Amino acid sequence: MQYLQYRGGVGELAWALHRISGVAVWLFILLHVLDIWLVGANPSLYNEVLGLYASPLGRVGETLVGAGLLYHALNGLRIIVMDFWPATTAWHRQLWYACWAVFFAVGIPGAYIILSPIWTGAH
Amino acid sequence: MTAVTRAGRAKPRGGGWELAIWYLIRLSGLGLFVLALAHFSITHFVFDVSVQKSDWILGDARWGNLLWRTTDWLMLSLVIFHSFMGVRTVVGDYARGGLKIALTMGLYILALALFVMGTIAVTSLQAPVP
Repeated sequence: MQYLQYRGGVGELAWALHRISGVAVWLFILLHVLDIWLVGANPSLYNEVLGLYASPLGRVGETLVGAGLLYHALNGLRIIVMDFWPATTAWHRQLWYACWAVFFAVGIPGAYIILSPIWTGAH
Repeated sequence: MTAVTRAGRAKPRGGGWELAIWYLIRLSGLGLFVLALAHFSITHFVFDVSVQKSDWILGDARWGNLLWRTTDWLMLSLVIFHSFMGVRTVVGDYARGGLKIALTMGLYILALALFVMGTIAVTSLQAPVP
């Protein structure tokens, strides 16, 4: 069934970004299990690591992790919809644009909340 | 019918473990859509990162509450399965032969180690007695 296949263009980019964001979030999870391990093993070292997370550079990193997580979550829903309801594959492009609409609607205020302590000096 | 999309991994034919994993990746993904996004929202939007020192994690806001420990352990289980099986698919696409087997075994060992560490942390850590 030809309409279920696509190569290049939007589908390829959606797939590549899903893979890149997935590996990136996986790398953060490796780090995150280890930092939570420190809560028990070495609480003062954990608090120092938390200080790095709360620093300006740490906040930029968390914004990127959040962006990767949000894209992967939204595009993951899109994949599930198309896997279990194959006719929707005809609309894969529109579904992807819908993912980006939600991504920016949620992501821009989210990024602002995470990043604003950098310039307001709060916290 | 060849339902080939580049959206996700093609559905394995013939059943067995690979098909079960294909379904479980999607099921765990749905669970993580709720759990991981809620977790990120709580730890970045509801509370600022800077307040989440070790005492805070072990206090009433988080692991002082058994429900949070249960939720976090469920999220740990789903994320270890989902992320490691996802990376296994990536490894399977780019590595061949002995390298693929070695990397896949390495992933399974790392997944088990992190699952055990996370489980120990979420089940056993107690707030220090003041």
